[in-house]
Amino acid sequence: MNIIRVKNLAKQFNGLTAVDHVGFEVQKGEIFGFLGPNGAGKTTTINMLSTILPPTEGEAFINDFSISSQKDSVRKSIGLVFQDPSLDDQLTAEENLKFHARLYGVPSNEYKKREKEVLQLVDLWDRKNETIKNYSGGMKRRLEIARGLIHYPAVLFLDEPTLGLDPQTRAHLWDYILKLKREKEMTIFMTTHYMNEAEYCDRIAIIDYGKIVALDTPLNLKKQVGGDIIRMTSGQKDNLKAELEKRYQQEAKEENGMLQIEVADGERFLPRLFNELDTKIDSIELRRPTLDDVFLKMTGRAIREEEVSDKERMRRHMRMGRRMH
Amino acid sequence: MQFIQTIYTIWQREFVRYWRDKTRIFSTLFQPIMFLVIFGSGLKQTLAAGNFGVDFTQFMYPGIIAMSVMSVAFFSTISTVWDREFGFLREILVAPVSRVAVAIGKTLGAATIAAIQAFILLILAPLIGIKIGFVILPQLLLFMLLLAFAISGLGLLIASFMKTTQSFGLLMQLLIFPMFFVSGAFFPLTAVPSWMSFLAKINPLTYGVDAFRQILLDSQIAPDVLAKLSLHAISINALFLLGFSVVVVSVAVTAFNKKS
Repeated sequence: MNIIRVKNLAKQFNGLTAVDHVGFEVQKGEIFGFLGPNGAGKTTTINMLSTILPPTEGEAFINDFSISSQKDSVRKSIGLVFQDPSLDDQLTAEENLKFHARLYGVPSNEYKKREKEVLQLVDLWDRKNETIKNYSGGMKRRLEIARGLIHYPAVLFLDEPTLGLDPQTRAHLWDYILKLKREKEMTIFMTTHYMNEAEYCDRIAIIDYGKIVALDTPLNLKKQVGGDIIRMTSGQKDNLKAELEKRYQQEAKEENGMLQIEVADGERFLPRLFNELDTKIDSIELRRPTLDDVFLKMTGRAIREEEVSDKERMRRHMRMGRRMH
Repeated sequence: MQFIQTIYTIWQREFVRYWRDKTRIFSTLFQPIMFLVIFGSGLKQTLAAGNFGVDFTQFMYPGIIAMSVMSVAFFSTISTVWDREFGFLREILVAPVSRVAVAIGKTLGAATIAAIQAFILLILAPLIGIKIGFVILPQLLLFMLLLAFAISGLGLLIASFMKTTQSFGLLMQLLIFPMFFVSGAFFPLTAVPSWMSFLAKINPLTYGVDAFRQILLDSQIAPDVLAKLSLHAISINALFLLGFSVVVVSVAVTAFNKKS
């Protein structure tokens, strides 16, 4: 039985559709990612799954408990790391954990053992007596992850876990998340709008305007784009272009002085290319399609341009919502 | 069991936060003392001329204690708004616990802090010539808790509707002074216009001031003077505060539940 089951889940705010009838299942031990631009409905989905918001339509089960009728059981089954920090910064790390553990009914004779376990996992054990206001952004996020684990949830929800962190801290945080999967076989449901982070997920749902537009492993998603991209330069460019087009039956596009072809399996194709080509080439580059390319193909827009214009997107979304209702 | 544990956990956090914030402890203790010293010595001369029959500082002291309970209780419920503003409320609200327990814990936390602060102010009594016997300590503590609980409930009710700590703070200032002035802390309510007398009747602080005055000044001043200054029997004061607390805390808990 899958640990998260979502059927036809929808949420409307005043006639505006934030989540538009999504459905998916997450297996135990999987890192499942929701990828999409800001305002796509990622956080709303997490809020529904964690019983903070009641859905307008549809149903979901976490650990076999209904998010509508068995809220407390769902809440006990999940650990939650919000987009915005939610620690008490006047308390120490240990006090924050203890507070959480008490509310979640962790038996007091179990607490010490678990505290050590989760704090060691995120490397904060020797700083547990420090007040949170002295913690860095990365440390706070790690502590929140530890807190989300102390009641031994079945699923850990991470809402944009690396938002606002610098690239180095971000990479570091991912080490912890992957360790969690490896050592605890933790099921993780996360949202992100960073393409490179989505690559860490076992499976990704690409969400746009509240709808899932694609759902697969990162590798399979990228395969849908059409293949790997090979670009090369040569002193005899015209000869090379003619030869490539004749031999491989496709147009060799010229871009920035480089010739580009697309092939199904780039790694196997390269040795073949070297053997077969008569024209001398000076340099060659093999590029895998990225999730950016996938998003572009699925939605007709790049996700990056959306990042810079949240407000514009929100406006567009509102207009769309109005048209639909 | 989890219900009690939740109340305790929420209560304990309020208390730890209070204890860590020494500036807050100092300033909330200092404010009533300042009031007592400035108003007490300033108005003493003027009022001695009238036929008051009681030393003004002694008259005002019970009111100052009630005021301390009120301001500390109100400002302690700010933590609910603070939690909302800084995100910690979400951590509490997604926990598998009863929100009623959360609201009760918050109210009890604020009430405890207020009662403790007021209790500390009792050390001033000898300085203004009031003797406090051990017998009246439990009575005083009971009223401190009752008044603190009533005001904290009111504070939580308001906090449930507030989004920022600034607006909460402003509203508190707006409430505290009228409540203080129309409570009988500064002047007896025995000969005031009927509109003020009406406001005093629905003001929980009035009942706290009245009870504190009767307990503290009993056997300090002439019984007939004290009787003239008093409004209700001590038991009536206790009943009113209890009833007020029950009503306001129930409404606050409901509002907190809905608004969060």
